[in-house]
Amino acid sequence: MAATALHLHSDLAGRYESNPATRESAWVKWTVIGVSLTFFALFILLPLFIVFYEALRKGWEAYLVALVEPDALSSIKLTLLAAAISVPLNLVFGIAAAWAIAKFEFRGKSFLITLIDLPFSISPVVAGLIYVLVFGRTGWLGPWFIENDMRIVFAVPGIILATIFVTFPFIARELIPLMEAQGRDEEEASTVLGASGWQTFWYVTLPNIKWALLYGVILCNARAMGEFGAVSVVSGHIRGETNTMPLHIEIVYNEYKFSAAFAVASLLAILALVTLVLKTFIEWRATQTLKRSKT
Amino acid sequence: MTPNAGQLKKSLRRSLSVLALCFAGSALAQTSILNVSYDVSRELYKDINPAFVAAWKKQGGGDLTVNQSHGGSSKQAMSVAAGLDADVITMNQSPDIDILVERGGLVVADWRKQFPHNAAPYTTTSIFLVRKGNPKQIKDWDDLARPGVGVIVPNPKTSGNGRYTYLAAWGYALDKTGNEAGAKDFVKRLFANVPVLDGGGRGATTTFTQRDIGDVLVTFENEANLIAQEFGADKFDVVYPSLTIEAEAPVAVVQKVAAKRGTEKVAKAYLDFLFSPAGQEIIAKHDFRPRDPAVLKKYAAKFPKVKTFTVDQKLGGWAAVQKAHFADGALYDQIIVLKK
Amino acid sequence: MPAFDSPQRKGRFMSSHNALPGFRLSLGYTLTWLSLIVLIPLSAVFVKTMELSFEQFWAIVTTPRVVASYQLTFGASLAAATINAVFGLLLAWCLVRYSFPGKKIVDSLIDLPFALPTAVAGIALTALWAGNGWVGSIVESQFGIKVAFTPWGVLLALVFIGLPFVVRTVQPVLEDLDFELEEAASSLGANRWQTIRRVIFPTLLPALLTGFALAFARAVGEYGSVIFIAGNMPMVSEITPLMIITKLEQYDYRGATAIATVMLIVSFVMLITINSLQAWTAKRNGKIK
Repeated sequence: MAATALHLHSDLAGRYESNPATRESAWVKWTVIGVSLTFFALFILLPLFIVFYEALRKGWEAYLVALVEPDALSSIKLTLLAAAISVPLNLVFGIAAAWAIAKFEFRGKSFLITLIDLPFSISPVVAGLIYVLVFGRTGWLGPWFIENDMRIVFAVPGIILATIFVTFPFIARELIPLMEAQGRDEEEASTVLGASGWQTFWYVTLPNIKWALLYGVILCNARAMGEFGAVSVVSGHIRGETNTMPLHIEIVYNEYKFSAAFAVASLLAILALVTLVLKTFIEWRATQTLKRSKT
Repeated sequence: MTPNAGQLKKSLRRSLSVLALCFAGSALAQTSILNVSYDVSRELYKDINPAFVAAWKKQGGGDLTVNQSHGGSSKQAMSVAAGLDADVITMNQSPDIDILVERGGLVVADWRKQFPHNAAPYTTTSIFLVRKGNPKQIKDWDDLARPGVGVIVPNPKTSGNGRYTYLAAWGYALDKTGNEAGAKDFVKRLFANVPVLDGGGRGATTTFTQRDIGDVLVTFENEANLIAQEFGADKFDVVYPSLTIEAEAPVAVVQKVAAKRGTEKVAKAYLDFLFSPAGQEIIAKHDFRPRDPAVLKKYAAKFPKVKTFTVDQKLGGWAAVQKAHFADGALYDQIIVLKK
Repeated sequence: MPAFDSPQRKGRFMSSHNALPGFRLSLGYTLTWLSLIVLIPLSAVFVKTMELSFEQFWAIVTTPRVVASYQLTFGASLAAATINAVFGLLLAWCLVRYSFPGKKIVDSLIDLPFALPTAVAGIALTALWAGNGWVGSIVESQFGIKVAFTPWGVLLALVFIGLPFVVRTVQPVLEDLDFELEEAASSLGANRWQTIRRVIFPTLLPALLTGFALAFARAVGEYGSVIFIAGNMPMVSEITPLMIITKLEQYDYRGATAIATVMLIVSFVMLITINSLQAWTAKRNGKIK
């Protein structure tokens, strides 16, 4: 499932284009580029552009006012909190799962991988629903929690749970293929030389996977901050308390404050852009490291 | 292959400490009540809440925060039924409060008797908003069923606003044709003119005003006035049909939650405030029809006289309506499915 | 805490000798966390659905409105994944084989739909493609097609969210392709088109199918971006996740879980397909190398 996996670039275009056996005629090349880029502009550039266009339509002042409004601030805080809790938890899980799956053989492994992937293909709406079924007033555990004055759904813990769910596979899926490819020779050597399990992980495995790990964290974080469907089901939409940024956007949009809605949306778009820049940087660094280790 | 007990405990402890962290935040908050309300009452409660907080403090009630949650009426009721800790609910149709009586007895069964006027501090009514100059000459419900007219309404299954629109059209057609078959045919023709069915009243307004879709938006009277404010009075005209529905907006204390949180007194005081002259004044300012005759008289210019009926008068009450129209496979489903 | 496995356990669970520690700890943690967050809550859907008899379940999941929503959800997802397969392949080809200005930017922005919150995408696409939006007004006046608030809008949103998947699965395979293979084909007298069709395309096919399946799986469950642009008309532009929400809003938990069950089964089948496709890809590429 590693569709967005970290991959190391090597620029091959020059090589292909300089050899008559492996290049197309110029008009084919530019037609293909033209068609692809039109599609790209229509589907990626324009939506991105309009977010900023609409956000700034009423000027910088209105833009800033929309962002420092108390409800907007509290939604930003909640979003950061949800990401700050769910990303580390998925990080620990991702490492544990990747270690077990990549370094050992056991029965039912591919089934386990499929189960880990499950949250990716489950509709976010269903993801929210399951927590209401478990923690709602008439759910399995809901009555017990309510009896003990604890709130899970329609409160912050529910939002965090839903966020963990939707970002569940990302880090594990980033690490598994890489760790599988690396094999276990280095770790075995380290163990044979007397290093403990943690030492082996810390000094041998981690340096090998750090870029993929970082990339997984960034990806996971972006998704965690942007989730809408699942969080919407478990939020309760209490102003200033259980609204995350995407939910706040919906609310402001419904109050006919379109510029304000797009202003908050632009923050999330900026986050997406930062994610992509970091990702490009990480891929570049990883390529450098790889080159250095080869020479 | 089960993990050993130590590891299990460890991960459990980890999850619990995370949860504890989250609860800590809410436990520290001062006295607060949560008002769970429907989609288009946002602006009203933005004004009601500070007024009540001030009045409550003056009475010696101490510091108070009123939290708000808004969304589609039925969705909100659903959340409360599933555990959203509302102290009071302020809805726009009584089925959404009745459901809380049925589900776990969250609200007392005779909630209508707890406050005056059937526990509805104000009413509003379904009216038409047309584009400036009324180019399609839309005067009454008949024009909405005419071919070539685009009608924007929110989804009657999920929004009180849409439900009232549907019932208003039904009531009008029932009077006109004299029988149910005629009404069904009329409403079917009307809904055949609906190009977009938004989940809530606000979505429908955005579709009509921002996306320029449809010739007429059927919505609440207060919404129509707000739209004129937000988008410019020079863009739209309000049209009152010859007969429409009176939409009571019922309120109730969520007894079980309030009792547990110890907020019964302030919750009741909050709802009482809605019926007080000060509260009624704010209500009228937001274009909802107040119950207090003195306040209604003061703002008479805002509220043209219009012939209305209520669900109880014409349609045999909400329980009957729910069963005959909105249950799965009932009249509404038949109309919308047959449309194709 | 190196938790070495006893020899018997190894015999049963592991096919090869392995001296690394931490198997039981890591697998135990994985299974516990997976069960707590995913499996146990998911089972709630099935348990709730069990409250219905099979006839009731069947009646709910086959009402005309729900069936129409499956047709739209699966039809539009299939169409969107197909469009993504075509344009994704072209984009991946451009990024690997051609040099052109701005290539680096295009390459990094491909992932935008993945990182951009779906609700933001929904609002932005609606603003662009509505009858009075920048693109929508042109399309409507020139071609007479209404995009926003029709099934076309659903298709549009699904194309947007699925785009990165095809590009990112095809791109690495295209990069790993053996350069000499094409040269050989050329020197044996094949023209460029024949080489692409007979040599390159078959190698790309498994990756392309994986990308297609991923885009499809993601599209089927999508909610956030679609509801803003769909118009949500019963029988016409209601997607299946919306049907679940609608049922929930009518206090119909069982109806909601019944439809959720159908979606869950589809997701699961899709995943198994994707994972076997990927195994196939890996095997094929291994063989070619």
